[in-house]
Amino acid sequence: MKKVNYRLRLYVAGNTPKSLEAFANLRKICGDYLEGQYSIDVVDLLKNPKLAKGDQIVAIPTLVRRLPPPLKKIIGDLSDKEKVLVGLDIIDRGPDD
Amino acid sequence: MVAKSRNMARKMMSELPKCPSGIQGLDEVTFGGLPKGRPTLVCGSAGCGKTLLAMEFLCRGAVKYHEPGVFMAFEEREEDLRENFASLGFDLASLVKHKKLVIDYVYIERSEIEETGEYNLEGLFVRLASAIDSIGAKRVVLDTIEALFSGFSNETILRAELRRLFRWLKDRGVTAVVTGEKGHTLLTKHGLEEYVADCVIFLDHRVTAQIATRRLKIVKYRGSKHGTNEFPFLIDTNGISVFPTTSLLLSRNVSSERISSGIKSLDEMFGDKGYYRGSTILVSGSAGSGKTSFGAQFVDSVCRNGQRALYFAFEESEGQLSRNMKSISINLKHWIDKGRLKIVANRATLCGLEMHLVMAHNAVREFKPAIVIIDPITTLTGAGIEDEAKLMIARLLDFLKNNDITVLATDLTIVGENGEATEIGISSLCDTWIKLSMETQGHGRMRRITIIKSRGMEHGLETKDLLITDNGLEIKDIPGSRENCT
Repeated sequence: MKKVNYRLRLYVAGNTPKSLEAFANLRKICGDYLEGQYSIDVVDLLKNPKLAKGDQIVAIPTLVRRLPPPLKKIIGDLSDKEKVLVGLDIIDRGPDD
Repeated sequence: MVAKSRNMARKMMSELPKCPSGIQGLDEVTFGGLPKGRPTLVCGSAGCGKTLLAMEFLCRGAVKYHEPGVFMAFEEREEDLRENFASLGFDLASLVKHKKLVIDYVYIERSEIEETGEYNLEGLFVRLASAIDSIGAKRVVLDTIEALFSGFSNETILRAELRRLFRWLKDRGVTAVVTGEKGHTLLTKHGLEEYVADCVIFLDHRVTAQIATRRLKIVKYRGSKHGTNEFPFLIDTNGISVFPTTSLLLSRNVSSERISSGIKSLDEMFGDKGYYRGSTILVSGSAGSGKTSFGAQFVDSVCRNGQRALYFAFEESEGQLSRNMKSISINLKHWIDKGRLKIVANRATLCGLEMHLVMAHNAVREFKPAIVIIDPITTLTGAGIEDEAKLMIARLLDFLKNNDITVLATDLTIVGENGEATEIGISSLCDTWIKLSMETQGHGRMRRITIIKSRGMEHGLETKDLLITDNGLEIKDIPGSRENCT
């Protein structure tokens, strides 16, 4: 398997339980599937509100896959592991999805 | 106690603070503007002018009232908005540069977003708050927030967030305009009216008798009186102009001042003084009876006194009119060059009646004339449905009256028709009614003039001869009629 570097960014707004949960879910998924080939940075929009415009953030939390292209967005607490994996193109879309 | 609280409620209602939109006519029909610090919903079908109304609200606010604004666009990109509004005379780029306006384009594409688990729209709140804070905005537009419904699939979350958003806007104390597309059964596709309880404005664009008219209706305005009619409005190079139903203000100052008709012998028939200033004079007569000359003579006299006259010509062009009037020694061109006369010549069928009236409205506001000539008022009926035409003409006359402008309207009566029935029955709206007629006498035809009515002043009752001479109009007793009359 070709080694791809995933650059992920998680947008949150303050340390809410939902954003902490999303971050924990993301860490777990990445640890399980992308060992050694990912980086995550977390942007708190309450501290950097101007960054919301650039990536067209509306919903919180939003996970953005900045690399590899194309740009992908996943919103929500990332509790559905399958959907996150599909959304990040880590596994293929199932036949009924 | 109950009575006391009721009184308080009434007091609060009467003092509901308003935010002037600055849009021509809109503040009149809403008695002062939109509810200050609250959201207003503007809805209507595609192309009805929602976005324009919303943007104009911000531009006028920024320029006229020093209230910066935030435009959150969900449908058009900033560049597109800039281009579209440049054609309407709004320089958005300059407003943005001077920190009077922020445009934030919110792009949502469902196919690019995967939803997993719960989320909220805090990102939107953060963006809005940051935009508001960056320029100290007092006004906010969300155009149209319904785009969120196609961007997110979880409607439960969305509705809860919308409710939160409107509450948040109120808490921030910004005056907001939220637009929404017309739905089949609801005012808006997704029932935004449920969240915006204070003020709802509906825009409509429809075609009747092949003439397109735009209309505005205030569906509700909590805690404020408002006009319940549909008000025609116009979109032109000045943006939106709403034509209010200016009901005749009974409180207005009625003038007892007189203004000369420009014909000495006619002034004599009105107790030697002429018309009342601010009154409406109807001059009816058959073709060729001298109606236009009558109007031109009035214009000439007013201009001579250093005042301004506005002439709406629906049958003749400016050049034609000046040439024809020259033959009776009235030099209209001279007054045009001096800036005292403005002739607005248009074919009545050029556009809808509302359009005419709004244009008239704007011309009056710009030129500030002392008198207005409408020649002939009857052609306007051709530009609309008869009942509507009458209503519109009444609105126009009332508007002019409220501004203390003397109006002389001519009206073509068809020969052989019942004498006192003017074509659209506008005689009741007029204060003075002068009838011109042609009578066959011996081997020639004579022009005759009769004052049928003149409210509140003594006036001659006898019919007289009207002579159109090289030196203008003259009125003479019909030879031998004195004895008959007295």
